[in-house]
Amino acid sequence: MNWIVNNLPQVWQLTLQHLATSLPPIALSFVISVPIGWAANRFRWSRGFLLTVFALLYAVPSLPLFFVLPALIGTGLRDSVNVVIALTLYGVALMARSTADGLESVDPDIQLSATAMGFSGWTRFWRVELPLAGPVLLAGIRVVAVSTISLTTVGAVLGIPSLGILFTDGFQRGIVAEILTGIVVVIAIALLVDALLVQIGRLLMPWGRADATASTGRLDRRARRAAAA
Amino acid sequence: MNFFVEAIAWILDPRHYGGENGIDTRIVEHLVISFGVVLVAALIAVPLGYAIGHTGRGRAAAIALSGGIRALPTLGLLILIALGVGIGLTAPFIALVVLAIPSILAGAYSGFEAVDRRTIDAARSVGMTEWQVVGRVEVPLGLPLLIGGLRAASLQVIATATLADYVGGGGLGHFLFLGLKTNDYPQVLAGSFVVILLAIVSEILFGVIQRLVIPAGVSAGMSTNVRVRSPRSQAATG
Repeated sequence: MNWIVNNLPQVWQLTLQHLATSLPPIALSFVISVPIGWAANRFRWSRGFLLTVFALLYAVPSLPLFFVLPALIGTGLRDSVNVVIALTLYGVALMARSTADGLESVDPDIQLSATAMGFSGWTRFWRVELPLAGPVLLAGIRVVAVSTISLTTVGAVLGIPSLGILFTDGFQRGIVAEILTGIVVVIAIALLVDALLVQIGRLLMPWGRADATASTGRLDRRARRAAAA
Repeated sequence: MNFFVEAIAWILDPRHYGGENGIDTRIVEHLVISFGVVLVAALIAVPLGYAIGHTGRGRAAAIALSGGIRALPTLGLLILIALGVGIGLTAPFIALVVLAIPSILAGAYSGFEAVDRRTIDAARSVGMTEWQVVGRVEVPLGLPLLIGGLRAASLQVIATATLADYVGGGGLGHFLFLGLKTNDYPQVLAGSFVVILLAIVSEILFGVIQRLVIPAGVSAGMSTNVRVRSPRSQAATG
């Protein structure tokens, strides 16, 4: 407890740096995966191709990626931009799949109805398909958020500032309290962001709760599978 | 691009093979660690997941646990255990098992849950005992999802096992951390390439296995593409 009290400013500073490194990838991966998910779902051939590419991208381990990116894009080895880019790539790799699954789960009859009511392809996508894919997207982004916030700590072995510094520093100096603080704060941030995403989901999809029992089983199953993955 | 050429030259250099620090030795070590971790994790998670999937009890707890573990930073856990048990393989091994359990658990119970309830009722009504229902119906039908869980777990473990050497646990992380300390960037990059390659090979291999374990009856049923849902009723109620 003493350690925390004495080092509160440092912990706060690292928490801010942690958020600055982990929040952009979460937001970016959501935005980037929408067009990719659309493209994957639009044509039969592109679905298999794009989803395989992103599955392999996801297979690339994070720590080696932190080392390879500087050589690829010319950043410094200890630049936190590497972590942002690497984690965005992971987020996209996960979210592209969720987005494609979510869009696929929209009932074809609903799409036909929307067209019959005069929606163009563009407005139908934004006002019908994307909102209806919402629950699956939410499940996907929650997984991305939690794993991104946790993975950000790995950058600390290169000296990139995040809460992970508490682990490496605590290891070198043998301070258990420092490591425990790091773990607790990382989990707390992850749970907080997760709860925030659920709240945003409720605000944006007010029909979600009322419709929960009536919604199609197929959609539920996809959301659940995304959450389990 | 220069770094890439140097890294590839580093990988191809025959002096970097054989002996304690050879690339080949480290790959084997990395794979043995990863395999051991997944095996131990499976021994814990598969029976537990099957019990949850079969009885339907404890599902909420399993989901909450998996979510909580996903938020748990592996590096922190690994270092915390290392401070307790000392430098070496023990700490990374335990941390990696904890990392691997949620995916395997989810694969095991979701595999059982995905089995059509009517299939299980049918199995009971032809006189199968509870154990036969588990062994001959639920396990084979749930196998593809279980393998999916093992695939995800293996991928995570192979990727994260690079952290093992941070506390002296060995494996391919050795090249990364040694190269980092000695400012030998080609070695860091070479080690990174080998890990990435290993992970991708594992992913492809599991993808193939996952297709092979789908029971013949299931894959035959999949190709008929039956549309179960009635389009009319949906449109009318929607």
